[in-house]
Amino acid sequence: METLSFEFPAGQPPRGRALVGCVGSGDLEVLIEPGLAGKLTIQMQTSVNGSEQRWQHLFARMFDGQTPPALSIDIHDFGATPGVVRLRLEQGFEEIGHD
Amino acid sequence: MTDSAALLNKHSFVELGARQRAKALLDDGTFRELLDPFQRVMSPWLLRQGVVPQSDDGVVIAKGSLDGLPVVIAAIEGAFQGGSLGEVGGAKIAGALELAAEDNRKGIPTRAVLLLETGGVRLQEANLGLAAIAEIHSAIVDLRQYQPVVGVVAGSVGCFGGMSIAAGLCSYLLVTREARLGLNGPQVIEQEAGLDEYDSRDRPFIWSLTGGEQRFATGLVDRYAADDVTQIRQQVGQLLHLGVPVQHRSGQAELFLRRLARLDTDVQIEPAAVRQLYQGERP
Amino acid sequence: MSAYSLRGLRWFEALSGDASAVQGLPASLKVADVRLGEQTVRLLAVVADPDNRFPRARNGEVGLLEGWGLAKAVDDAIDADRDATHKRALIAIVDVPSQAYGRREEALGIHQALAGAADSYARARLAGHPVIGLLVGKAMSGAFLAHGYQANRLIALRDPGVMVHAMGKASAARVTLRSVEELEALAASVPPMAYDIDSFASLGLLWETLSVEQIEQPCASDLARVTDCLQQAINDVATAPRDLRSRLGATHRAASSTVRQLLSAQW
Repeated sequence: METLSFEFPAGQPPRGRALVGCVGSGDLEVLIEPGLAGKLTIQMQTSVNGSEQRWQHLFARMFDGQTPPALSIDIHDFGATPGVVRLRLEQGFEEIGHD
Repeated sequence: MTDSAALLNKHSFVELGARQRAKALLDDGTFRELLDPFQRVMSPWLLRQGVVPQSDDGVVIAKGSLDGLPVVIAAIEGAFQGGSLGEVGGAKIAGALELAAEDNRKGIPTRAVLLLETGGVRLQEANLGLAAIAEIHSAIVDLRQYQPVVGVVAGSVGCFGGMSIAAGLCSYLLVTREARLGLNGPQVIEQEAGLDEYDSRDRPFIWSLTGGEQRFATGLVDRYAADDVTQIRQQVGQLLHLGVPVQHRSGQAELFLRRLARLDTDVQIEPAAVRQLYQGERP
Repeated sequence: MSAYSLRGLRWFEALSGDASAVQGLPASLKVADVRLGEQTVRLLAVVADPDNRFPRARNGEVGLLEGWGLAKAVDDAIDADRDATHKRALIAIVDVPSQAYGRREEALGIHQALAGAADSYARARLAGHPVIGLLVGKAMSGAFLAHGYQANRLIALRDPGVMVHAMGKASAARVTLRSVEELEALAASVPPMAYDIDSFASLGLLWETLSVEQIEQPCASDLARVTDCLQQAINDVATAPRDLRSRLGATHRAASSTVRQLLSAQW
């Protein structure tokens, strides 16, 4: 198991917060809350060791060419595939976006 | 309603996670979660073992009303560590039941509904999980003096281990076909007693003994519902409105001892024999 | 050497002296009412019955008959003392290797039988009977939940054969996909996972731990020490709340108290 953190430039914090997913095998739990303006930070615990680069690429691709809101994201990952990760994050962003 | 309309209106309860199940049962707008995931009250024991924790430790505690009655719901998330209970999750359930009993002593008629999707004790926390389950048992018996405690086992994990004993202490139990209710997991029985005694890979065999339909047919549970949110909500409401039963199933030692005395234990048990022996009366 | 422990039986015999056993219960249950100092107590033990009608419950496991039988033995004491000013103490002598594992057990609802026992012990405690658990051997999992774990006070003898746990090592290793050695290494840094009684004591669940000289067959001084401790435990219960809150407070159970405080604050 590894503890990882990532940071990306961001805009303004949203009003709401969201929780999606759960720590089941092949799944992940994502807690999304307003962060400090200008930054999107991700803290994660993942059951998969040596995956830092993979996560970095995944997040970079997600935020490439856009300024995401300033979020503080907590992830508890239990071996989710990139597809599942993107799905959960998108579900979470959609929930936040509706506030 | 036509069959196809009915089909379209059915919403699976089994496919919902714990939080969604609690929300689905409570009256609209009344769901209020305690120790919600954003408070991050998590297991103190998992990280040091390299196990990823969940922010609510796999248990959702929510207050609200159910069919107009004040309730607290404790819902176990079966997808996290097989719904096994550790220190924090166990304390959430025991503490909620304890507070519900305190409410009643102050004249507030809080009932409890337990959504049991669990393999029992979380082995990574072993003795703290076991101790918490003993406290859950104590709190159920205490609360039961004042209000019914309703247990729901829907599947797909089912209800096993020390929490199956908690189910046995409930005032009323509701199950679905997918549910199983048993003390020991099939693999453990096979390991301890051998393949001939219990084949853990034989799903029809396992459901024939411990599945929801059989448990209902043998009077070990009170309601057998389709996997549908509306039906389950209605039946849980009905059970709560029944109030405390005249006698709890777990208080019927003499009846069960008499029944067991009539059983021919020289032959292996069959589901039909249990139905015959235990033909219970439905309220 | 038998395949099963005799400790529970020997301690029952030593504590019950020449008091006659209560009749009408399964042979795997030993129950007797005795005088302990000034008080009447009912002793209860689950022992091996090699002729048990249920073949998977012949080595001292708590099975169908044992669960319902304990429920009946405790219910009888509750009924007998219902109008008494002094409710007899119930002393669960605990030496139980596990619940019974078998097809008959699952089919006939062993979970419900163990619930019966837990129900009766809990109701007895709530009605004012002091319930004491005396751990002289194994206190495992469902068996302990049914017989002993609803006690007001838990007393354990200090010995490698006295162990509380949710699952035996071999099975626990298999289920968690680790080796027994890995499990033991983990237990060294995770106290709730450990099997020894001192680690269990560090969780704050025991009222007292006692050393004796002859745990398999108590000598006179062992008996005196344990009897004395039982009497103290019974007296301690007399003026205390009837719930299990005395089990909270150890450092290793800090989260258990925090959760309750937060629930109360958010209720």
